[in-house]
Order: sequence, then C-alpha cells, then structure tokens
Amino acid sequence: MMRLDRRDFLKCTAAGAAGLAAFHSVFLGRVFGAAESRSAAAPGQKVKRWALVVDLQKCIEGKAKGCINACHQWHNVPEWPEERLEVKWIWEEKFSRLFPDQSFAHMPEALRDRPVLALCNHCANPPCVRVCPTKATFKRPDGIVAMDMHRCIGCRFCIAACPYGARSFNWKNPREAENLRHHINLEYPTRARGVVEKCNFCAERLADGLQPVCVERAEDGALIFGDLNDPASKAAQVLAAGFAIRRKPSLETDPQVYYLISTVR
Amino acid sequence: MLEKAIIGSKKYYAWLALVLAVAGAGFCCYLYQLVTGSESSGLSRSFPWGVLIANYTFMVGVAASAVMVVLPYYLHNYKEFGRITVLGEFTAVAAVATAMLFIMADIGRPERAFNLALYPTPRSPFFWNMVLLGGYMMINLVVGWFALDAERNSVPAPPWVRILSYISIPWAVSIHTMTSFVYSGLAARPFWHTAIMGPRFLATAFAAGPALLIVLCMIVRRISTFDPGRETIQKLAIIVCYAMIVNIFFILMEVFSAFYSGMHSHAAPIKYLWVGVEGHRAMVPYMWGSAIMGVAGVLLLLIPRYRLQEAWLALACVLIFISTWIDKGMCLIAGGLAPTPFETISDYAPTAQETVITLGVYAIGVLILTVLYKIALSVKSEPAAAVHP
Repeated sequence: MMRLDRRDFLKCTAAGAAGLAAFHSVFLGRVFGAAESRSAAAPGQKVKRWALVVDLQKCIEGKAKGCINACHQWHNVPEWPEERLEVKWIWEEKFSRLFPDQSFAHMPEALRDRPVLALCNHCANPPCVRVCPTKATFKRPDGIVAMDMHRCIGCRFCIAACPYGARSFNWKNPREAENLRHHINLEYPTRARGVVEKCNFCAERLADGLQPVCVERAEDGALIFGDLNDPASKAAQVLAAGFAIRRKPSLETDPQVYYLISTVR
Repeated sequence: MLEKAIIGSKKYYAWLALVLAVAGAGFCCYLYQLVTGSESSGLSRSFPWGVLIANYTFMVGVAASAVMVVLPYYLHNYKEFGRITVLGEFTAVAAVATAMLFIMADIGRPERAFNLALYPTPRSPFFWNMVLLGGYMMINLVVGWFALDAERNSVPAPPWVRILSYISIPWAVSIHTMTSFVYSGLAARPFWHTAIMGPRFLATAFAAGPALLIVLCMIVRRISTFDPGRETIQKLAIIVCYAMIVNIFFILMEVFSAFYSGMHSHAAPIKYLWVGVEGHRAMVPYMWGSAIMGVAGVLLLLIPRYRLQEAWLALACVLIFISTWIDKGMCLIAGGLAPTPFETISDYAPTAQETVITLGVYAIGVLILTVLYKIALSVKSEPAAAVHP
C-alpha cells in the first residue's frame, strides 16, 4: 500500500496547483484565446496599445470623404461598381446604424443621421481571431488585429464572426478593378482574389513612425490616434477628459476605436 | 470486393453516366468560379456564406445519423439493424465526403486548404471540423468495409471492427456538435448564438438521416434482391418521427426565449424568416413550406395507419428530409446573416452558377453512394452458400 506523509502530500498539492495554473494560463489561454484582463489598456506598461478616438463633434458631413479616399488609395483597395463586390476598410455609416442600441426616437436628428466613420475596432478580445482556422488573422502584442494575406484560405468565418461588419472579401481579382489598373501605391501590396481584408491601423506606417493615413488626412484633429498605455499620449488624454462610447460594448469584445461624445468639465 | 463496383448491368452504367454528367457540369462551373473569382455568386460582404455552406451544414447531419443504426446494433445488440448497418455507414461516408467537398468548393483559395493542417488552430471550430470529419469518414469506411468482407466470407468480423464501431458512436455526435459550434460560438449573430443549436442540429440530423436511409432501403429493395426487412424500416420510421418531434419542440423553445425576453435582436431573425422584415420576405415561403412539410411528416409517421403503408411512409420521409434541408440549410444561414450588424437586412439568392456547383457536389456524393451501395448489395445478394477461394 502506498503511504503518503504530510510532507509528501503538501508537495504533491503544491506541484498539482502549479501544474493547473500553468495549464490554465498556457493551454486555455492559447486554445480559447482567453483575454488576459477585461480591459486591454494597462497604463504605464512598456508595450503599446494602439487606439483611435473619433471626435463626433468634429466629424461632420462631407469631411470624412477625404480620410476614406486617402486610406483606400494608400492601401490599394479596389473599387467595384457593384455594391455586392464592395471592399472597404473605412467608411461612413449613420450614427443610428453604428450604435443601434444607443439610438432612440427623441435624440437630435442631427446626431441620429450623422454619418460617422466606421472601421475595424481592433478589439482586445477579437472574435475574428478566435474563429480563424489558420491564424491568418491574429492579434499583435500592440493590439493591432492584423491579416496575413498569404495564409488566408478565404473561408470567411471571420466575416461571419465580426459584430462590426468590418471585413471584406475579394470576390474578384482586386488588381482588375478600374482604379487599380491605372494606379497602384507601390509602398503597399495589392491582394489576390479569394482572401479577406480589412483596416490594419496602418501597421506598416506605424513601423516607420508615421500616423495612420486617415488620421494624417483628418481636419482639425477629428481623429486622434495614440498609445493608451502611455498616459501622455493625446489619445489617452482625450479619453481621460471626455465621455466616449464604443460600438456594442455588451458583446465584450473590448473595441479600441472610441467615439468621443463630449468633454467632461 | 472493389471489382463489384465496375461489374454491373446497363442500367447501372447509365445511372453512373448520368451522375458523372451532372458532376462534370458542376465541376466546369467550379473551375469558372476559380478562374474568375466567385463573382457569379449572390454573396456579398454582408452575406458572406450561401447555399454551399448551408448544404455543408445539412450533410454533416446526414452523416452523423449513421449512429442511429450503429448504436442499436453494436451497443444494444438490436439484430434487425444488423442487416443495414453497412448501408448506414456507407451513407455516412458519402455524406461526409459531400460535406467536405462543399467546404472546398466554397473557400476562396482551395489550394491553401492544407494551411488548416500546417497551422493547426484548436480554438477554431473549422480546425476541429477537418479533424473530426476526416476521421469519421475513415472510421465508417473501414468499419463498413471489413464488416461487409466478413459477411461475404461468412466469418465473424474481426474484433477491432466492433471496437471501432463503439468509437464511431460518440464521434458521430461530435461531428455535428462541432458544426453547431461554428454558429453557436458567434456572439455577433443573435440567431446562431444559442446553446440549443447543438441539440437542435442533432435532432434534425437524426430525423433527416434515417429518413434518407428509409427511402434508400425502399429503392434497394426494388433494384436488388436484398431486402432490408419491414421491421427494420418501421423501427427507423419511429426514430425519424421522435427526432423530428424533438426538433419542433426545440424550435418552439427558441421562439419563447427570443420573444418573451423582449430582446429585439433575438426576435428579429425569427420575424425575418417567418413573416419578413421591412419588405424583405425572401425566406418566408421556404420557412412556412418547411414547417408544413415537417408537421405533415410527423403526423403521417405518428398515425400507424399511414406509417405502416409504405407509400405514405415514403412520402413522410421525403417531406421530413426536405423540411429539415430547408430549415437547417438556407434558413439557418439566412437567419444568421440577413440581419446585418447595422440592423439592416441584406438579401441573398443563389445564382445559377452556385446552383449548378451545388448539384455537382451532390452528384459526386451520389456517385460515391452508388459505388459503395453497389458493392454492399452485390455482397448481400450473393447466395449465402457461395464459397470464395
């Protein structure tokens, strides 16, 4: 018969607990992509946490077109005449469409019908990353939800999983689109038919120390981009001084695109 | 045994030629889609999955239903089903192959499909689908094949066949549960994000699969000398009946939680399917058609007078099969995808090209089924005394 004295028992218990903890953090974290914390932003950390703040006061009709065109031109996004084939990284949508659960009959019409910029939310807890069967879409340590266009098999599970309608599929060869036949930006790759694409927070420009195209193009600071882990960044300061909302917070995806409603005095 | 697949009557060859012609037409359309892009589909960025994924989902269910003959025979020693277990397993093989082909036909870059294995991602249901469907097909092919070979030689099947058939029972449940996870794991789609999706998938599977098997048994009896037996078919009919009743019960559960809770986002897809929303009524006739066929099928099976008459029984099985095909096919997809994340409705209708590709994939499934059934029936029709060297 096996005998366990008190000392051995404690040893075993400790080893078991350590094993379970390791299993939980490594296996469950890897397999189910469990979020490390409820909120991604942890001020004071060295690792970056990129976020975009859209100032709804300054984001008014007509002004956003410049941002959209600049982004789509820079990233060689194809333009198709048929709505069905549409590919878009950033676009305008009525406030009531972006925030259906924040809209009600008696709100100012100017707000309800206001065209607001929509783009990938670069969620800290992204459903698209969870469902991708090849890790073609993945979350970088700085929070950017990126795509590997060479690995994507085009199953479109991520499109079905995204609660924000932020992803597009290349139903046709994008290089044959009228706008890309004549001019392409050689600083950013074009895509092939049969893969999914979306906003990448201009990861390629951030690497060169540049701001995202839309932010650079926006007038009078309507778009504020920055590192939320750096309390001195403009984005962190604006959020600390105002009231901002995010799309579909009840789904707990922890979006990193914030819509600034007003400044708190 | 394989030689039995290529020795047949003129009718057999004519049937193979017909099936191959449909498969060929589908393959041509598929090649066209591959070269030009899926541009001739009705899909869009707001409705990314269509008729191919709908049929994939449905066929996984048909495949899983083999467990309804394997379980009573191997686990409870219900001898009646021993006559048709091989038919059930071969149906599962054809159904799984069809389901996997639907996925292959749907993905944008099929040449990269091996990325599923090169970059295994256990957190994605699609990864598990690949593992489970591939394994399930192999298990059923091997078990069916060796059981048939033993029957042919009038010897008991090797003991490991029985062990493998035990493994196939939970495996069958797992393939369709994992298919339901593709949908029920998405918080973005209120119609899909429900825990009852898995049970409902299994209920429809255990209705549609045995219903198909009953019809196949009736056909088999006409075209070969093998008789699956009246008792066998009647037992299957009762399985179909109660699985379908459970499915209808689950649907009503869904309706209650969606409407009583007052959650607009959960009620909207159900309204879209049954009555239409803001003038979008594309799915309404299908949904009602499915409901009427499902209820009619259940009534025909419940009343012994009809169930015991083969013509009525066949009709009931066809009704239930089509009912679940609509319900767990296109209506499932449309209920999830038509209500967009912007609370608008996006419409989808399959194009002629998608339809031909779908028929082509089904034709390949029928081809596999025909060849496997031909082998099985040739063996089963042989006089028991036939001695093989």
